Amino acid sequence: MKLTLWTYEGPPHVGAMRVATGMTGLHYVLHAPQGDTYADLLFTMIERRNHRPPVTYTTFQARDLGADTANLFKDAARDAYTRFKPQAMIVGASCTAELIQDDPGGLAGALDLPCPVIPLDLPSYQRKENFGADETFHQLCRALARPMPRTEAITCNILGATALGFRHRDDVAEVTKLLGLMGITVNVAAPLGSTPADIARMGQAHFNVLLYPETGEGAARWLEKTCGQPYTKVVPLGVGATRDFLHEVASLTGLSPKVDESALRLPWWSASVDSTYLTGKRVFLFGDATHVIAAARIAATEIGFEVVGMGCYNREFARPMRAAAKAYGLEALITDDYLEVEDAIAAAAPELILGTQQERHIGKRLGIPCAVISSPVHVQDFPARYSPQMGFEGANVIFDTWIHPLVMGLEEHLLTMFREDFEFHSDAGPSHHGGKADLREVSDEAPLASVAGGALPPGFASPRDISEQIMAEATVSPSGEPVWLPAAERELKKIPFFVRGKAKRNTEGYAREKGVAEISVETLYEAKAHYAR
Amino acid sequence: MSLDSPALAPNRGCRDTPVLKERGQREVFCGLTGIIWLHRKMQDAFFLVVGSRTCAHLLQSAAGVMIFAEPRFGTAILEEKDLAGLADANTELDREVARLLTRRPDIKQLFLVGSCPSEVIKLDLARAAERLSGLHAPHVRVYNYSGSGIETTFTQGEDACLAAMVPTLASTTAREVLIIGALPDVVEDQCLSLLAQLGIGPVRMLPARRAADLPAVGPQTVFALVQPFLGDTHAALIRRGARHLPAAFPFGEEGTTLWLWALAQEFGISRDHFDAVTAAPRARARKAVAAHAETLNGKSVFFFPDSQLEIPLARFLARECGMTPLEVGTPFLHAAITGPDLDLLPEGPVISEGQDVDRQLDRQHEARPDLTICGLGLANPLEAQGHTTKWAIELVFTPVHFYEQAGDLAALFSRPLRRKALLTAPIACSQISRGPGQSPGGQP
Repeated sequence: MKLTLWTYEGPPHVGAMRVATGMTGLHYVLHAPQGDTYADLLFTMIERRNHRPPVTYTTFQARDLGADTANLFKDAARDAYTRFKPQAMIVGASCTAELIQDDPGGLAGALDLPCPVIPLDLPSYQRKENFGADETFHQLCRALARPMPRTEAITCNILGATALGFRHRDDVAEVTKLLGLMGITVNVAAPLGSTPADIARMGQAHFNVLLYPETGEGAARWLEKTCGQPYTKVVPLGVGATRDFLHEVASLTGLSPKVDESALRLPWWSASVDSTYLTGKRVFLFGDATHVIAAARIAATEIGFEVVGMGCYNREFARPMRAAAKAYGLEALITDDYLEVEDAIAAAAPELILGTQQERHIGKRLGIPCAVISSPVHVQDFPARYSPQMGFEGANVIFDTWIHPLVMGLEEHLLTMFREDFEFHSDAGPSHHGGKADLREVSDEAPLASVAGGALPPGFASPRDISEQIMAEATVSPSGEPVWLPAAERELKKIPFFVRGKAKRNTEGYAREKGVAEISVETLYEAKAHYAR
Repeated sequence: MSLDSPALAPNRGCRDTPVLKERGQREVFCGLTGIIWLHRKMQDAFFLVVGSRTCAHLLQSAAGVMIFAEPRFGTAILEEKDLAGLADANTELDREVARLLTRRPDIKQLFLVGSCPSEVIKLDLARAAERLSGLHAPHVRVYNYSGSGIETTFTQGEDACLAAMVPTLASTTAREVLIIGALPDVVEDQCLSLLAQLGIGPVRMLPARRAADLPAVGPQTVFALVQPFLGDTHAALIRRGARHLPAAFPFGEEGTTLWLWALAQEFGISRDHFDAVTAAPRARARKAVAAHAETLNGKSVFFFPDSQLEIPLARFLARECGMTPLEVGTPFLHAAITGPDLDLLPEGPVISEGQDVDRQLDRQHEARPDLTICGLGLANPLEAQGHTTKWAIELVFTPVHFYEQAGDLAALFSRPLRRKALLTAPIACSQISRGPGQSPGGQP
């Protein structure tokens, strides 16, 4: 038993729903009590889907438990076939139905429905949403796909995109375009956008492109073994990874990896002068392993950020995650407890967080800007416009998305020049964001509790620099830690807010190292000289 | 409007209308959802769901972005080993509770909330609550109730929660009024102010904002419900000797007036004084509703079952906004509680209880109402088919009771219709739904 206030992943049957809802012609009969229908709103509200997920819930009640829940399931399955006439059905149990052990697979099999019925065994008390999606797609392939003659032209399947995925819709389109530049046609992209009939003809592709290992690796492995289709291991997120991906595809197909890169802008945008201000910015990354590992590479080598922390919530990918973190001299954070993530972020005091919907909240609480790079995401991360993450256009989108929460380079330059005067100060916030900039009282010290952003619910920290909060705590904790003298504290506040956290940490580290108990203005500047590069 | 003459009722209401009872797939939340508003109302309470990952996922999905720094609700997620041995599950529960109460010394009331899995494995939370109450008394009182989907529908969770508190309330012989049902603080204050001006009191609330303010109950207690879904709480209070004052629910100008008048009569308040107190807010409410009634007048409305507020809201829309209800679906019809509203609801609509969502969608499609009130799972699919919808959940989460909110209540229904009139760009073909949940046929 573990107390949880929020979870990164839903239960595994929600993963199965992500597969079913991404497809057409497939229907899911889910043995589940009233209330489990809440999952529909993830798709209809958060993703703005214009149709109900193709799921029939048996909706059993307490009074059915003593009676006959098995018949309830059989009726629901029969009625669902009659009403929706699907090409194939998947059947399974949610967490409660798993306990009553009605065997939906066996019951549905006995009905002799005139379409393939695929039983799902998704252990609700051990596994989670991504496993549910991966396993469902895997079972669909096992039941429907067969080895068959290859197409004449070189084709591939794209594996792993589902409903409710982070930018899956546009990633599939972008990668399709990219493969087209090499002369490769997509045979089937699945689960998102496919039908059971499409899955049945996946065997005719020459190879598979695995876009999302979290939700497609089981199917990719099975297809490799059964249909002899190799699959790509590089996920084309970022410029370097996209080029590596093209080379991997070239090695599988014998085609040239050289494609038109004229629409790729990230490298120049990073190299242009304004981006000098991005250099060395401290970023913390958290999300699913695939997106975080790729984002770390982009951050470190394609934008010039410093990666100060990274981790993932999906334990299944802990091993590659740890290896990737090690390359940046970091210990990966593998946890599905968001309070641990929040603590790690507060301790690392980054200038930018790249994370999920939850890290967006954490950023808000800590006053650190955040861009979203991974599921789970909320309604604002299902944009109307085309905005892939993968391929060259994806790299352009990533540059824009990550830079947007930050203060612009030229603006940061002004803030540095006019350090903390009454108009240009840390509470003013980036000029391209909402919220009113408060003019400071000219003669006074900056009030610690002034709120720069709009009204926030009680309990939230105001969206501003957290270094002052950390500092406020530091000055009152006499546990052997160096204490800031008032003059040094005032001097620290004159340092632009975006480097203040670093200056504070460095000074404290320096003081500890030198055995200085009280930090004076001199200590501050000695530390500055010490760390000067 | 005249208050005490039967002439105010239409020739025939819906009290005797035969009810269409349905059973099948229900597109509603389970009772756990009530925790979202209950924990905001009871400021020293923690709600601990003993359930599965699904329960936790439901709560965060229904609560949307409402993640507080440290919310006063959480889910103790059952794992494989908890299912294997119930004795261990109890030990685990005791440990989690002890840890929680150590971290949160401000918690005075702890609710152990049962879920579908905990009910099915027969984890005895009543006994656990007793045991934990003993361990943590007198600082913390531990209650238990079920918010499971196999036993409760959406707002029934609040009913189960309040009903669980009633037997533990202190006894009293004082003549007091209890107002039963969670209201947003702003609305609660308005209610108390109106009752004070009328000279009705002393007034106590259940739920109370803090454990120390919990009311007592006894044979001299009279109570009024502000929510129609409190059937079990109603029964529990009657068992304690309290007397119910039945009335229409305080939605809209008419509902609020009738609700207040039932209390006023009980306390012998004169008509003159009643009119003097209510005349101004009644006029304001009528004026505020009129602004939206222009949009709503003559339009038809179809209710999918959601919160049990459907009957009183249909009465408000029919009588104060000029709408025509075609079907009023409710998860559970408590005739004794919604009787006064059923009497006022003009005869005509189908009254349905329970749900078979596919069949009800067929009826809705046939009826082609101007406005459909439904849950979040159905709203976008119906909009994509050209229907105009209102999400039912907003009716529960928005302050809508009493005079000063009557206009806001009407606005919730008129906004979708106004939006429909404003948006002139046609929806692209690819965005138009094939039909809810429908898939093209054919075999692979």
